[in-house]
Amino acid sequence: MEIRRDVFQAIADPTRRAILSLVALQAMTPGTIAENFSSSRQTISKHIQILSECELLHQTQNGREIYYHLNPEKIKEIDNFIEPFRKMWDEKFNKLEAIMKNYQPKK
Amino acid sequence: MEPKTKIHAENGKQDLVITREFDLPLELLFKAYVEAEIVEQWMGTKVLKLENVKHGGWQFETTDPKGNVVFQANGVIHEIIENEKITRTFEMENTPFPAQLEFLEFTKVSDETSALTMQIVYKSPELRDQMLKLPFAQGINMAHNRLQDFVNKLK
Repeated sequence: MEIRRDVFQAIADPTRRAILSLVALQAMTPGTIAENFSSSRQTISKHIQILSECELLHQTQNGREIYYHLNPEKIKEIDNFIEPFRKMWDEKFNKLEAIMKNYQPKK
Repeated sequence: MEPKTKIHAENGKQDLVITREFDLPLELLFKAYVEAEIVEQWMGTKVLKLENVKHGGWQFETTDPKGNVVFQANGVIHEIIENEKITRTFEMENTPFPAQLEFLEFTKVSDETSALTMQIVYKSPELRDQMLKLPFAQGINMAHNRLQDFVNKLK
């Protein structure tokens, strides 16, 4: 099974939740974020990457530094517990649509 | 862009409405609901029985790669009018959730597009909210399980 990155996967991890609460206060560089954890910089950077892939974090470039910000739009999605239910149906219906577009009537 | 699939669930009510527009002629949309082999493909479940007649029954079953049954559901078809509507019940077996009533309406939008409106009525508002939260809970559980698997491999 393909592992999809979604916001629910992202927030299921305690370290990632901690990163989100840090960045919620102010935009931070990956270095500053990592200083708050005992894990290695690579581990934290992997977590940041996952959060970015789920669009929970946005990045901006300031000179040579990259800053991470919280994406409030995506956070709202977590707040909305109906969204996974909608997504589940949306995916089923997308599949239905794709199958029927290629439908060849039986002779 | 507006999402193609919409859920309308008012607070404190025991029903919800799912709406979706399809880039398909009405006849093809309806066919996807009545032909067992097509239902199997998009629902991702085996169709054991699908009797598209009044008083007919339906039965779905999903097994994991090892052959264990992971999902079983069944119901009765109360009314079926081709390219127009299906009224049926839906019950998940081996779960505490009671049967729910589903009203499916198929409408033509244009020659090439159609729409589906699915109203689901639950036994109580609390049960509706529980069902709504199921994929949310599963999403988090799945992520937890993957994390658990990962941690177990490290041991």
